[in-house]
Amino acid sequence: MFRFVKRAALVSVLAASFLSSANAQKTELTMYYPISVGGPLTKIVDSMVEEFEKQNPDIDVNAIYAGNYNDARIKSLAALKAGQPAQLAVMFSIDTYDLIEQDAIISFSDIVKSDKDKEWLNSFYPALMENGTTLGKVWAIPFQRSTIIMYYNKDAFRKAGLDPNKPPKDWDEMVTMGKKLTTNDQWGLMIPSTGYPYWMFGALAKQNGEILMNSEGTKTYFDNPNVVKALEYWKDLSNKYNIMPKGTIEWGTLRKNFLSGKTAMMWHSTGNLTAVKNEATFDFGVAMLPASKMRGTPTGGGNFYIFKKTTPQEREASMRLIKFMTSPENSAKWSMGTGYIGISKAAYNTPDLKKYVEEFPPAKVARDQLEFATAELSTYQTGRVRKILDDTIQAVLTDKKEPKEALEEAQKEASKLLRNYK
Amino acid sequence: MRHVYGWLLLLPGFTLIVAFTHYPTVTTFINSFFSNQTVIRPKKFVGLSNYEYMLNDPVFLQTFKNTIYFALTTVPLSIALALAMAVFVQEKIRGRSVVRLAYFTPTILPMVAVANIWLFFYAPEIGLINQIFQYFNLPQQNFLGDTNMVLEATIVMTVWKEAGFFMIFYLAALQSIPKELNEAAKIEGASAWTSFWKITFPLLMPTTFFVMVNALINSFKMIDHLFILTKGGPDNASNLLLYYIYDVAFSFFDYAYAATLTIVLLALLIVVSLIQFGLVERKIHYK
Repeated sequence: MFRFVKRAALVSVLAASFLSSANAQKTELTMYYPISVGGPLTKIVDSMVEEFEKQNPDIDVNAIYAGNYNDARIKSLAALKAGQPAQLAVMFSIDTYDLIEQDAIISFSDIVKSDKDKEWLNSFYPALMENGTTLGKVWAIPFQRSTIIMYYNKDAFRKAGLDPNKPPKDWDEMVTMGKKLTTNDQWGLMIPSTGYPYWMFGALAKQNGEILMNSEGTKTYFDNPNVVKALEYWKDLSNKYNIMPKGTIEWGTLRKNFLSGKTAMMWHSTGNLTAVKNEATFDFGVAMLPASKMRGTPTGGGNFYIFKKTTPQEREASMRLIKFMTSPENSAKWSMGTGYIGISKAAYNTPDLKKYVEEFPPAKVARDQLEFATAELSTYQTGRVRKILDDTIQAVLTDKKEPKEALEEAQKEASKLLRNYK
Repeated sequence: MRHVYGWLLLLPGFTLIVAFTHYPTVTTFINSFFSNQTVIRPKKFVGLSNYEYMLNDPVFLQTFKNTIYFALTTVPLSIALALAMAVFVQEKIRGRSVVRLAYFTPTILPMVAVANIWLFFYAPEIGLINQIFQYFNLPQQNFLGDTNMVLEATIVMTVWKEAGFFMIFYLAALQSIPKELNEAAKIEGASAWTSFWKITFPLLMPTTFFVMVNALINSFKMIDHLFILTKGGPDNASNLLLYYIYDVAFSFFDYAYAATLTIVLLALLIVVSLIQFGLVERKIHYK
């Protein structure tokens, strides 16, 4: 009897240790991700993660929605400090320099070994890689990426006697059309200036032939004459031409403004496209942003990063997850569900997205615009530098400062912050 | 032996206070004299240079001014409104409990939800307030996009949110005032106004003091709404000290400067409570 109990105990101990070792082989990944536009995007991420777990039974993914881009970065870094680190995260594409300085992430160039993986690194649209590439290495893989696009109300165009299939091509046209479109209860144009003013400004500057910073993240060009002119133009839209409301325009409520016909044109992230498509009660169109000296927009959105505090096994699992989430099929699915850009040529060659783009041509505007796209404002000390520019833009739009002096001041401040990074 | 027993009883509370109040306060104070630590650059002693930087930081000066203004307006306004509402629903009016509930509702809503609702109240063109303006042919206002109005707009929302909570305390206090006092005044021929100012109001003073302390603390720690409503903009016109501290610490990763700003906030709170408990409290009659 005793012998039997002993044996049973032994067997159960063995079984338990066997079970727990089986559990240990299962790699657990924690991933934070942000959402900064409307729509049921968490559901799409959850369904993609579920599919991944089904195909990879040895990996357990814990995908955590972490608020907007700022929150996602803060939560990831806080988890890192608290010793409960995430292995990977989707964070702002412009967080790269700060994350490098914090020694928080590892570069993909250091992880990839095989030629096939190196090929994979080159499979994405080059414009989307700019913000994640510095010091000769790739630090981030594009995921929910966007450009600014122009949404316009075709019905309003018809009413104003304009051709609904000819949105403004350049700055002058945008003003003349905007004047025709501005009526008692409708504005011609709205460009948001809260939330991400520097982003919209990056587009105006690029259209005027300038980018806002160098690719090392150590220099800004805020006081360049072309940049100054870009801010003057933005201010003139409301102060001189009266086609845009005065004061700042709220990022969060702008889509509602457009959908309820209060503005005929709006500049916004392509990440809103599917939501606008689902909610618009009028005929709407999507166009590339107008040109001054050239067309232009910054890219935007979130990239995948892998944290440094990971075991080789976790890195391998993270790579598999990232490859899955950015595969042409999933990128296509993500793009159709949200409006974000499919991140590779292959994504647009998938039958699903091909068909979708044919039926709904606005879905390819942001991708086509990539040809004219530049990196989003990102430097060392990026939070501070960005705030300086944000405050400057808002001070000018609310009539507190003149564009030229304000930008010169901003440039001085930014140079002060960046003096140690050369 | 009995001493040991007493100290053991104190231990849990003592531990919590040291761990979450005194220890962070002391380390914050110490950190404010060091430079920020990054992986590339180690921390070093910099004396008062963080404070020097602060005094030349226009954003800090602006947020400091805003914070004081925010406290000096929200506190008296929400106290006055709370008292008025409490007196109103104390009377025997029709649908009293419904009105009481209506006044209290804002309090139980999360601040972020409140801010989201008010974002659409304030929005130009599509916002509720502007639609009412339009009906009466008043000019459209961009409440959150105008540096002259944005802080006031957040103050109005805060008062709306806070007053209902303080009303509850006043309601309880009003009910504890003996009816005989007011009846006696009535017999003597005092008007309702006189008996309110000479009897009710003085007897409410302990409550007013309690509410004031709470309102002041709330006004300094209120930042949730800024995340949704304005992000401190445009151009810092609605930025408050605590929000700026958050920005410096978690968007700029400058923990040393954030510590410096925190010390200022702490000093501000100490001064406020010294005034309250040193001067104001002496003038209050407790029963």
